[in-house]
Amino acid sequence: MSDHSDHPSYLGHHYDTVEQQFDSGKLGMWLFLATEILLFAGLFCAYAIYRKNHPEVFIYAHQFLDKNLGGINTLVLITSSFTMAMAVRMAQLGKKQATAGLLALTLLGGVGFLGIKAVEYEHKWKHGLLWGTKYRDQDAEHGTPGEHGGEHGTEGETAPGEHSLRLSLPGVEIAHAAEDAGHGAAGNEATSGEAAANGTEHAADGTEHSASGDATMSEGAAAEGAQMDASADESGEPAPIVGGEAMPHSGLAKGASQPQGMAAPAEAGEGHGTGHKPSNVHIFFGIYFLMTGLHGLHVIAGMGAISWVLIRTLRGDFSAEYSTPVDLVGLYWHLVDLVWIYLFPLLYLIH
Amino acid sequence: MSDHAEHSGPGHIVSPMILVGTLVALLVLTFITVAVTWVNLGEFNLWIAMIIATIKATLVVLFFMHLYWDKPIIGIVFVTSLLLVALFIGLSMTDVDQVGPQRIPDYAPAVQQSTGS
Repeated sequence: MSDHSDHPSYLGHHYDTVEQQFDSGKLGMWLFLATEILLFAGLFCAYAIYRKNHPEVFIYAHQFLDKNLGGINTLVLITSSFTMAMAVRMAQLGKKQATAGLLALTLLGGVGFLGIKAVEYEHKWKHGLLWGTKYRDQDAEHGTPGEHGGEHGTEGETAPGEHSLRLSLPGVEIAHAAEDAGHGAAGNEATSGEAAANGTEHAADGTEHSASGDATMSEGAAAEGAQMDASADESGEPAPIVGGEAMPHSGLAKGASQPQGMAAPAEAGEGHGTGHKPSNVHIFFGIYFLMTGLHGLHVIAGMGAISWVLIRTLRGDFSAEYSTPVDLVGLYWHLVDLVWIYLFPLLYLIH
Repeated sequence: MSDHAEHSGPGHIVSPMILVGTLVALLVLTFITVAVTWVNLGEFNLWIAMIIATIKATLVVLFFMHLYWDKPIIGIVFVTSLLLVALFIGLSMTDVDQVGPQRIPDYAPAVQQSTGS
């Protein structure tokens, strides 16, 4: 250290100059941010694939998100990003009070964001707008009775979740197909049962609802290893016809179903004409909660980091000569804002 | 480097006018993003939303995150991560476009029946 007699206390001994230390810290932070971007990219990719395959699910499900709350949260986060940038500026100028005040405001923005997010989550929790088997059918939720509610009332209400659970039991391959339930997949016997059910419902629309309902029910059994033919025989009159169609090309199912693959389970109770309600809506909410949840964790982490630099500011650790930690925490907070800038239109503003 | 006499540390200090300008631009663009959804433009709604989001992200990165004044290496790191994301999602999308429909047996809405099964 003797050759660094002018070495300030905030300069690490392994750095020659303050400038070098600053550049290293910044590069390190940006490398970390790059990994963060790639982390979120995985979820954005899942979103993109599922939206491309099933746009109807997104168009249906996004209406359960509150655009106003999402928009307010966007404004809150953008404003807190601004106060953070101002805090960095004040820290660079060595203005301790202003820095602390702006950091506190930024923290407040984080609290506001999480508060609004909590209101949104609570609403979804109450109404069963959740992932996987926790998802509750929304017509059942609003008390609209299905046409054959008496036959398999509660069963039908939980159809989307229940359905994929049942289908996923035999193995991964079937689980994969179950994601596309109702598209008339006839590759394996379990899903050809699905195709049959789908086709029957459309073909027998109105007149043979109860029979097709049976077909829907029996496909669970088919999934668990029973032969598709057997289940078709059990289900009564329409099924053998459809079974015959389904094995070679699943022609009836394909011809009858919607182009985008409006699927069987949801439509089982759709005789009362609520419009097109796609199946597997729970996957949208799975994606929604994963993306906003991971983002929310980043907000919490960012608030922790801001609290840390706020304490250090108040303690007098920073000066006009040295305020790098404020700068780097600021970068992290802006990244959180950056992710939300994409999440908001992708989740709330689907057209 | 330093446009402020009292500034003695490293790093560029962004003028408050630029920060306020960025904030205003972000708020206006957020409003436009919401307003666009009032008009039905079909496919283009998604693209417009993504373009606006990218403009917003660019503003945040350039001015709030100081990338405009940073050394080129920072930009290289950031743009590289974006290229990897583009590669990741772009290749996945070509997969969904071309291979996806065939991967699930008999699920191919756009494919003629004769090619099924």
